[in-house]
Amino acid sequence: MMTRLLLTVATIMATVPAFAEDGSGSSGWGPLAAGLAIGIAAFGGSLGQGKIGASAMEGIARNPQARGDMFIPMILGLVFVESLVIYAFAIAFLVK
Amino acid sequence: MVHFNWTQLIPGVGHDQVHVATAIAVSAGLVLFAFAGRLALGHGEAAIEPAKKFSIKGFFEVYLEAISGLTDMVVGEEGKKFVPMFAAVFMFIWINNLAGLLPGMTPATDNLNTTIALGLFSFFLYNFYGFKEHGLAYLKHFLGPLLALAPLMLVVELISHIVRPLSLGLRLQGNMMGDHTVLGIFLVLVPYGVPVIFYLLGMFVSTMQAFVFTLLTMIYISMAISHDH
Repeated sequence: MMTRLLLTVATIMATVPAFAEDGSGSSGWGPLAAGLAIGIAAFGGSLGQGKIGASAMEGIARNPQARGDMFIPMILGLVFVESLVIYAFAIAFLVK
Repeated sequence: MVHFNWTQLIPGVGHDQVHVATAIAVSAGLVLFAFAGRLALGHGEAAIEPAKKFSIKGFFEVYLEAISGLTDMVVGEEGKKFVPMFAAVFMFIWINNLAGLLPGMTPATDNLNTTIALGLFSFFLYNFYGFKEHGLAYLKHFLGPLLALAPLMLVVELISHIVRPLSLGLRLQGNMMGDHTVLGIFLVLVPYGVPVIFYLLGMFVSTMQAFVFTLLTMIYISMAISHDH
């Protein structure tokens, strides 16, 4: 398992100089960085949003009458999580 | 991905002014729609009567009732005078977002210049109304609840206030750009059938982002003019 992981990392590192020889002027790490940025951001953001959705569902199940009052705070929580992911998306576009 | 816009066919509109042309076209459509709504409303007794079937009048009634109810919920009683502004902001962003779903159109909200301008509008507005409501005492909002913590809170609050227009603009633009990028990629991958799902997703995202922008503007205003501090 460990050797395979190391092998994968070594392969990725070995292929990076090949990208760099395109003559684009950048170091060639851009696509990897962009993919990692949006990937990690989506990972954390979706965990957070899942937690918000789960809590809202739980709250509605316990007290269905509070659905209307819960809606706006839930949307706000989702929005603030999502905006961080959107920042990562913008950064991914910048470094691409 | 296709880099063609219908608005580029207008003479004098180059590659850089596409979003301006789209914004002007959409705004002109909105102004016409608003006049049509005003005419459909009628005068006197007829204006008070609700629309019998779904028409332009019925649409505006439903729309304004929704915005007014939301304002009541978020801002409270003193929010009544802001309802036209919220309704206008929502409608402008919503129709601009939806214009991007027409093939060969890039919405104005896909460009940071438009969205940051909208964010700055919201920023200046809530600060203006904060000063109008509280006078110079509005500045106390930036100092936090405890005097001992004031130097620390000032920095935190200033940063959080300065970031607000940027985050409003970036959120709207990022969502719109992301949505269209996904749609574009899937149009290239599978040209038939599958992109329909992403058009539906696009409609959802357009509505949601317009709603979120309006909701955040409401919350900022209600925080600026609230008295319970």
